[in-house]
Amino acid sequence: MLVVSGLAALWRPRLGVCGIVAACAIGLIPSVRVLLGGATESLRLAWNVPYGAFFVEVDALSAFFLIPIFGLSALTAIYGDEYLAAWRGKKSLGTSWFFFSLLVASMVLVVIARNAVLFLVAWELMALTSFFLVTFEDEKESVRKAGWTYLVASHLGTAFLLAMFVLLGREAGSFDFDRFAPSAAGVLFLLAVIGFGTKAGFMPFHVWLPEAHPAAPSHVSALMSGVMIKMGIYGLLRTLTFLGAPPLWWGWLLIGIGLSSGVLGVLFALAQHDLKRLLAYHSVENIGIIALGLGVGLLGISSGSTALTVLGFAGALLHVINHALFKGLLFLGAGAVAHATGTRELEHLGGLLKRMPLTAATFLIGAVAISGLPPLNGFVSEFLIYLGAYRGAMGFDVHAVGPGLAVIVGLALIGGLAVACFTKAFGIAFLGEPRSDHTRHAHEPGWAMRGPMLALALGCGLIGLLAPVVVGVLAPTLVNVTKLSPDAVHDGLAVAVNPLWFVTGAGIGLIALIGALAWLRRRLLAKRSVQTAVTWDCGYAQPSARMQYTASSFAQPLTELFAPVLRTRRNLTQPTKIFPHSSSLATETPDVADEMVYRPVFAGIDGVLARLRWLQHGNVHLYVLYIALTLLVLLVWKLG
Amino acid sequence: MNPAPFIQPLLALLRAGLALALSPLLLGVINRTKASFAGRNGQPLLQSYYDLWKLLHKGAVYSRTTTWVFRAGPIIGLAAVLAATTLVPLGGLPSTVSFSGDLVLFAYLLGLTRFFTVIAALDTGSSFEGMGASREVTFSALAEPALLLGLAALARQSGSLSLSSIYSSLSFDAWLEVGPMLALVVAALMVVLLAENARIPVDDPNTHLELTMIHEVMVLDHSGPDLAFILYNAALKLWVLSALLAGLIIPIRSGNPWLDGGACLLGMLVIAIIIGIIESSMARLRLLRVPQLLVGASALAVVALILSLR
Amino acid sequence: MINTDIILFLLVLTNLRLLGAGRLGASVRTVAVQGVLLGALALLTHHDHLTVAVLLVALSGMVLKGVVFPWLLFRALREAEVEREVEPFVGPIMSLLAGVAALGASLWLARRLPLPESPNASLLVAVALFSILVGLFLIVTRKKAISQVLGFLVMENGIYAFGVGLVLESPLLVELGVLLDVFVAVFVMGIIIFQISREFDHIDTHELSKLRD
Repeated sequence: MLVVSGLAALWRPRLGVCGIVAACAIGLIPSVRVLLGGATESLRLAWNVPYGAFFVEVDALSAFFLIPIFGLSALTAIYGDEYLAAWRGKKSLGTSWFFFSLLVASMVLVVIARNAVLFLVAWELMALTSFFLVTFEDEKESVRKAGWTYLVASHLGTAFLLAMFVLLGREAGSFDFDRFAPSAAGVLFLLAVIGFGTKAGFMPFHVWLPEAHPAAPSHVSALMSGVMIKMGIYGLLRTLTFLGAPPLWWGWLLIGIGLSSGVLGVLFALAQHDLKRLLAYHSVENIGIIALGLGVGLLGISSGSTALTVLGFAGALLHVINHALFKGLLFLGAGAVAHATGTRELEHLGGLLKRMPLTAATFLIGAVAISGLPPLNGFVSEFLIYLGAYRGAMGFDVHAVGPGLAVIVGLALIGGLAVACFTKAFGIAFLGEPRSDHTRHAHEPGWAMRGPMLALALGCGLIGLLAPVVVGVLAPTLVNVTKLSPDAVHDGLAVAVNPLWFVTGAGIGLIALIGALAWLRRRLLAKRSVQTAVTWDCGYAQPSARMQYTASSFAQPLTELFAPVLRTRRNLTQPTKIFPHSSSLATETPDVADEMVYRPVFAGIDGVLARLRWLQHGNVHLYVLYIALTLLVLLVWKLG
Repeated sequence: MNPAPFIQPLLALLRAGLALALSPLLLGVINRTKASFAGRNGQPLLQSYYDLWKLLHKGAVYSRTTTWVFRAGPIIGLAAVLAATTLVPLGGLPSTVSFSGDLVLFAYLLGLTRFFTVIAALDTGSSFEGMGASREVTFSALAEPALLLGLAALARQSGSLSLSSIYSSLSFDAWLEVGPMLALVVAALMVVLLAENARIPVDDPNTHLELTMIHEVMVLDHSGPDLAFILYNAALKLWVLSALLAGLIIPIRSGNPWLDGGACLLGMLVIAIIIGIIESSMARLRLLRVPQLLVGASALAVVALILSLR
Repeated sequence: MINTDIILFLLVLTNLRLLGAGRLGASVRTVAVQGVLLGALALLTHHDHLTVAVLLVALSGMVLKGVVFPWLLFRALREAEVEREVEPFVGPIMSLLAGVAALGASLWLARRLPLPESPNASLLVAVALFSILVGLFLIVTRKKAISQVLGFLVMENGIYAFGVGLVLESPLLVELGVLLDVFVAVFVMGIIIFQISREFDHIDTHELSKLRD
């Protein structure tokens, strides 16, 4: 149905949007049913592709990932309808919606495919459609470059996946998932980590994320960041289900990747002052947190501890949904800001809360959630991973103590730095006074844009408070992933769910206390005078809005502390003479992996291949000669 | 009606009430100690109570730049610290609410307070508050691992993940057994206490020079009941962290709740005096040195954990 | 035995203090404290068979390392008139983190070595290894010549700790010879530092690489 609505969109965009929303709503129903019930449904059709078979199946793991796909796609479609209105006359919106619906369809197919060829086809379709969506504003050079980076990165990752599936299929004799039972699991695991990690955004394969996500229109960024990168996580989980019992080093590897992605991701986010680039780096960080949870879970399986396994995987899975919710919310909010002010540059914003109250409020909820603070949902998933790590650190199994401690330090550092980053993002953009003229015409966006943001914010709060129930629902998925018996999963979940009831209680208590204190203050101030004045300015005669703290100055103590890692470049024109005329300071933090690894490697490859350029001389006759020679050689080789 | 099952929760609630009532007294003790070191008589011990009373009865002045975020900051901050108070045990006696993993909730509730204090500061649009906010987030990002690692060492020692069970198993024998490790945790937690409560050597609560302050400058624009909430917030945070430290230093677990509780309260008074002594005898560290101190605290906690691995 | 545990623990703390120190005066005093602690360690490990020889060696070690060396080094600092600030290639935070990693590595290595049946052997060996690593780290990452002397002394302390723990009885002559050796080394290094500073106006050994030609 998604494909039909895509085609309809070509004709009339609004129709396409409605179709997408309806399709998603319909799709949600069987997903929820499978998730709660645990039964699997499958369908097998004939397909004339060698080694391929149209074999799709919805089990608990797929159903779990289908829910954020459908939910977020519907919400971003509604949002995008109004967001793209600005380009209504100038660009063909229909094509964009066509690709959008194809993207959603391909993601659904990725999750339910059970045949390697079908999976790869869907994966490739996902990459291509998102490429077209990212390059929506292809008149800008930066957008074109970003799209190119994304395409290259995506295909490099797919190459690794191809290798992995070829190895798996050759051994099993067929490309159907349920026949895979491999031997050289270590190599396959590494291939899966690199291939799926590129899509998910593990360091150091993440370089396309900070380029592609800011370049895409905001509803596409929200969808990509919220759901598409989770397809990488899904792929990794699915591969784990047919790789068998994991040795210890898999858990260690994932924990190491999680630590580097998490800490480096949030550090780079701190150094950015483009709002969407900041959010893109935060996606890298949250994928790191998910990887930490997966690593803890794998350690649990290897060391035979049920509690550790359940806690780690439950935390990671819950964080998948949570991140979809709050990252989607934050990107939609950033889109509303960009839509209203025409800029994403934090240093030019300020005071937006007065002009866009609802956007600011939902952005605040997203910011509190992503920093992992109670009573919202971010805290719950991090809490589960913490519990797992603490249990690991408390035990006497030497192999689990070190990683457990590393996870604790990592999560604590990530949490603190995320607080720093989001107070910066929210505070500089929405609070204080406007720092430039861009905000003069800012206004609250329409209901089509506000509605989805409200819905997502509500979701954050609900999951935060209803956490025990939500985690309990994860049981069938956990059985699927960890291959433990349902009873063992049930016991493990009890360890997780019991504290969560207390956390929910604490959340409710917190809200009650807030209400009580607010009431108390209102009573106290009712009989006294309440006046307004200017902010205390220490006697400065002419304070201006430009004298406020800027984003880079807010982050400066931290970026200076971590300077060897960040390598921020500064362009400074010092003020000269006694009454200085003008001076400037610009900072830029390019991506470390990009600068130090990828660019040199690609430049080297470029250099080597440049030597072969003499082959491309443009002479058609010689080209035909090459083809003929190749055919001749092939014939001789095959027959000889 | 058998009153026995009600007694324990009731006593725990009473202990929480003790925290609410006595926490401003700790501030008074610190100030009196500093005054006596300086050769003055100093403020009355109950000065903080008088301050709270005065502020609650005043009106408020709000800046025109601020929004509801500014008005919400002190309230949410105080609510979070109040919730954290219910999680903290008094010496060997359990807290009002305890469950496995409550140490993580404790640390993150303090984080919630910090988040809202910082954005309330940014809401004023003044560069002074921005300065304090930016330093505050830097230092607390480094202090949080130290807190969680110190608590991890204690959790490992006692084999439980709930603050109350951890502290009730920290008896004198524990000190005899793993004294060095516990001493390291005490050092780490002391640094965290000084950092979180904005005491010398991390911050100076007495100067009102914007360039040198961290906490004090963030709350510069608050007035009236908001300032009272913030003052009480500071008192409660001091109480909560010193209770954790005192429970560790005074390992009297006799089984008699009055003796244990009284010993812990005495320990907290001693800690307040020690803080006063530290404040009088040291100068504030250069801002570049504070991260080194905090990372040092984390390093000590890690060494404690490494030692406990043998 | 619990007392040696505490001394070893204090040794670890002094090493960490050296890694994080910012001033040369504090570093010199910390190394002096280390020397005294080692003397106490020697006395405690042999407390059940104290002979005059052992007592003599331990006490002379404590006097030498706790009093004489700091005096020599402070005199060198005064005559060279240097700024009393440690100038590291690697900052204090990274040094501290490297130190913690080194401690973990030493503990792990000590567990793997085949050691004699002493209850405390593995912790002693670990702390000795740790001191050696810290000494090496100081020599490599500090610019001032004095810091390198201190690094040498710390390494010496580590080797001495090795000896104290593992060798029950070593000839008096050998022990006194080692002490004399160290004393002469520090004395000579003090003189050299003074001469370097007189010639070049600083004691930054990194600058000495300009001498190559």
